[in-house]
Amino acid sequence: MQWETVIGLEIHVQLATATKIFSGASTRFGAPANSQACAIDLAMPGTLPVLNSQAVDFALMFGLAIDADIPEVSVFERKNYFYPDLPKGYQTTQLEKPIVGAGRVTIETPNGDNKVVRIHHAHLEEDAGKSLHEGNFSSQHSAIDLNRAGTPLIEIVTEPDLSNAIEAVTFAKKLHALVTSLGICDGRMAEGSLRFDVNVSVRPRGSETLGTRTETKNLNSFKFMEEAIIREVDRQIDVLEDGGKIVQETRLYNGDTKIARSMRSKEEANDYRYFACPDLLPVLVTEERLQRLRKSLPELPEARTTRLVEQFALSQQDAQILANDIDLTSYFESVAKQCDNPQAAANWITGELIGRLNSEDLELDNSPIDAGQLGILIQRISDQTISGKMAKQVFDSIWSGAGEVDQIIRQRGLQQVSDSGALEQMVTDVLSKNPAMVDDYLATEENRRKKKLGGFMGQIMQASRGQANPQQVNQILLQKLASMIEASGE
Amino acid sequence: MYKLSIAELGEGLRSKAFSSRELTEYFLRRIAALNPLYNALITVTENSALAAATHADKQLSSGIGGDLCGIPVLHKDIFCTQGVRTSCGSKMLDSFVPPYNAAVVENLASAGAIMLGKTNMDEFAMGSSNETSFYGPVKNPWDISRVPGGSSGGSAAAVASRMAPAATATDTGGSIRQPAALCGVSGLKPTYGRISRWGMIAFASSLDQAGPIAGSAEDCAILLQAMASYDPRDSTSVERSVPNYRATLNNSVAGVKIGIPKEYFLSGLNPGVEAAVMSSLSTLRDLGAELIDISLPNSHLSVPAYYVIAPAEASANLSRFDGVRYGHRCADPEDLEDMYRRSRAEGFGEEVQRRILIGSYCLSAGYYDAYYRKAQQVRQLIRQDFVEAFTQVDVIMGPTCPSPAFKFGAKGDDPVAMYLEDIYTIATNLAGLPGMSIPCGLVEGNPVGLQLIGNYFDEASILNVAHQLQRVSNWHTQHPEGLD
Amino acid sequence: MSLDKDQIQKLATLSRIAIDDATLEAVSERFSSVLDLVDKLQAADTLGVEPMAHPLQTTQLLRDDIISEPNHQEAFQKLSENIHDGLYLVPKVIE
Repeated sequence: MQWETVIGLEIHVQLATATKIFSGASTRFGAPANSQACAIDLAMPGTLPVLNSQAVDFALMFGLAIDADIPEVSVFERKNYFYPDLPKGYQTTQLEKPIVGAGRVTIETPNGDNKVVRIHHAHLEEDAGKSLHEGNFSSQHSAIDLNRAGTPLIEIVTEPDLSNAIEAVTFAKKLHALVTSLGICDGRMAEGSLRFDVNVSVRPRGSETLGTRTETKNLNSFKFMEEAIIREVDRQIDVLEDGGKIVQETRLYNGDTKIARSMRSKEEANDYRYFACPDLLPVLVTEERLQRLRKSLPELPEARTTRLVEQFALSQQDAQILANDIDLTSYFESVAKQCDNPQAAANWITGELIGRLNSEDLELDNSPIDAGQLGILIQRISDQTISGKMAKQVFDSIWSGAGEVDQIIRQRGLQQVSDSGALEQMVTDVLSKNPAMVDDYLATEENRRKKKLGGFMGQIMQASRGQANPQQVNQILLQKLASMIEASGE
Repeated sequence: MYKLSIAELGEGLRSKAFSSRELTEYFLRRIAALNPLYNALITVTENSALAAATHADKQLSSGIGGDLCGIPVLHKDIFCTQGVRTSCGSKMLDSFVPPYNAAVVENLASAGAIMLGKTNMDEFAMGSSNETSFYGPVKNPWDISRVPGGSSGGSAAAVASRMAPAATATDTGGSIRQPAALCGVSGLKPTYGRISRWGMIAFASSLDQAGPIAGSAEDCAILLQAMASYDPRDSTSVERSVPNYRATLNNSVAGVKIGIPKEYFLSGLNPGVEAAVMSSLSTLRDLGAELIDISLPNSHLSVPAYYVIAPAEASANLSRFDGVRYGHRCADPEDLEDMYRRSRAEGFGEEVQRRILIGSYCLSAGYYDAYYRKAQQVRQLIRQDFVEAFTQVDVIMGPTCPSPAFKFGAKGDDPVAMYLEDIYTIATNLAGLPGMSIPCGLVEGNPVGLQLIGNYFDEASILNVAHQLQRVSNWHTQHPEGLD
Repeated sequence: MSLDKDQIQKLATLSRIAIDDATLEAVSERFSSVLDLVDKLQAADTLGVEPMAHPLQTTQLLRDDIISEPNHQEAFQKLSENIHDGLYLVPKVIE
């Protein structure tokens, strides 16, 4: 049977506010355990929540960016369940009246088409704390750190509009680019700033009804998300083809072991007993507020892509990569300005730089080579101080902390040899040492001689330890060979 | 001296007839002598009281003390007090010492009032007889075989026996007014949002409101003046200026329109209570007030609506008591579930457990619409009844409770019999309106209360009417025997 | 309306309150008596009535995003006997 996959996502986005959603405690990541849990976050008796204005603004900015309906009034509710990292015994969240209504995000599918992914809604809520299950405490215990408790989140819920893992990841990356461009989230997935829950179901191709879905929770990397979806789709198809049934359940995927499992304990009939939180009043969003936010919206990835294509004559593909992350865009713009060669800047960034950052799992912030250095490096290629090949060596050296571009070129004597006298000598030496190759060249028909040039070039570059200016060498070599052809009396 | 009002004590302090330290020592001696009889206090804060009194005396001698400077007060044990155990009448919080103060505690401290201790109460303010306290029942000073009412029974009994001239209290369905009525003192529940709930342990967040219990309407006005404030820490605190309540106490009641809801005088009302209320009403008519018959047609639905809404909110509010970060944790839990279930079963008494179960039930899947949503619709109808009535009248009056204080154990095993104690007071909380009870008579030697309900944020009108009535009557100056 | 013992136990589980079998009967009986009281609501005609969630008719005020809570960890953790290296300990959580 042919199967069709249906995927919907729920994305938890930690908002980049200074303080918690309902308290004035700091949200800084990495502080000592429980040092940023104030009386409100700890649900001390008699404490009360007050809503953070910035969290509201960030949620609304997201809504504006996805062209969503924004209702005038939204309401916080209590979602009741017991868990040690949930101090109040309920999560303050939104259900019936979320702050952001239906919207849309457009993605480009692998075959180049545009696809609209409908956003069902996005709501504001508080994050829970963290439960640690291993540490230097007895194995009979779990330990609770409530620093994260009360960190503002928006939970974005999509319609089940995605059809495969690649689309889901494309969408996820697009969303990442969007929230970081808006400045509402720091985008640090390893720190849990963006977490994806994936709802997956399969159905016979052409079927109108949805299959039973499972939810895989808390995926915090694009790679894990892709793997988890592929594995879950395969699992569901296997189950169905063996005549089994899919059980609606919550699953966890361990990216390190590549093993997914059902969270049995979550399967007990949960009854969250939602009701409007009486400690908070309905949140009114005025048209003035929306106007102010609309004006303050930064340039979004799509607009940036268009601008990069127009302003720098980049390809759509390069521009998209560079526009995805606002920091990367500004990095590119600095490099391009420094070296006055936007295409070269784009090539170096999308190729060498991103490759190295990815393979070493680094954020752009932590790149060992800054925009200024990369700009100078590209300049040194343009002004023929070094060859492109040499430039890669210099890049590596800077990466490993050896110093700055010009310093490295000087210290290691990497300047190209462009002195024509020295180059002529090199060419002459190579030709005289290889009479057989010369004879072979001369014997070759004219229109096939070009292919034979590589052999000479290789030897000359080797002799110059790579420092010879290849264009110049090529020119001299052709002249010398031409005069030999003439001399041979053709 | 215990018979003096706050206003009179304040004059004594400012005229140096006595010092705040002397006054504080005097009431601490009364507590030492009387509390063993009435069990109205859970904690006495003698040392900090004396230190605060010394400080107040300095302020008074430099002439900067206000109406409450140097005046001893008690706080209901539902208000968090920094460094002083705050139990909420529950085993759950028997060892809970908050590192912060409730707004009410801060406000009274900065007005110079001296905290003498914390008053007993029904556990988590759930009860109308003070029989649910982990610290044992409070006895009614008028008859120690009778209940003082609840949940602020400790505050009412302490003021009735003049262990302090005033006490703070809270009212979710009648918890200030009903014990005030049963103990023969004056108690005011202000408009919802008038006093900050910060640091006040929540029972039902959309109904809870703090207020004063004291010997007279005038004393309640002085206390409300200090307690009321806008507090940015409480999203439900209202940013609205606080009028000068004492300034309007002496306004004439001539022409004031008083609504008498017929639903408050139906069968079930003790005839003695009815007679006492009618007598006060006729006094007001003699003073020139106009009595107008009105109807609050949905009154009979207030108790059922309340017993959905209050338990529903409580079921969530009390989830934080899970044994993880503070409060009672059971010994040697087998696992996490066992820790939750036993800590809460051991830490909460029967009535609290019952309300949590009822609240969970009313919110649970399949029942939400039939109970919770329905109750909220009824709440709207009840509010509309009042809104309608206040287009015709300035103040609504009737009995506070159907009968005088009952004997311990009289309501037996049926929780509903107890719930009906608040039949006249609950609607005010549902609507969010201010309500007050002042003593209006004795029925077989036991005090009964007259209830005054005002329009939103119009505490001034009910304080004015109550004060005018107290100027020409003496029920508020009656005391139980054995206080000397 | 009344609830059977299983229903009461289910609510007790939801509310995380242990109820032993010896008291279950009494709990159930009193619970039912309260339900009889609240069931009087069903007689009310509430067709088209907007539910009233709160006595205040106003909207939420917003707080500036400024850190205002200093670290009081030491004071807060004095309230628990189950602290280890600044963490709250609970019986093992099994996911």
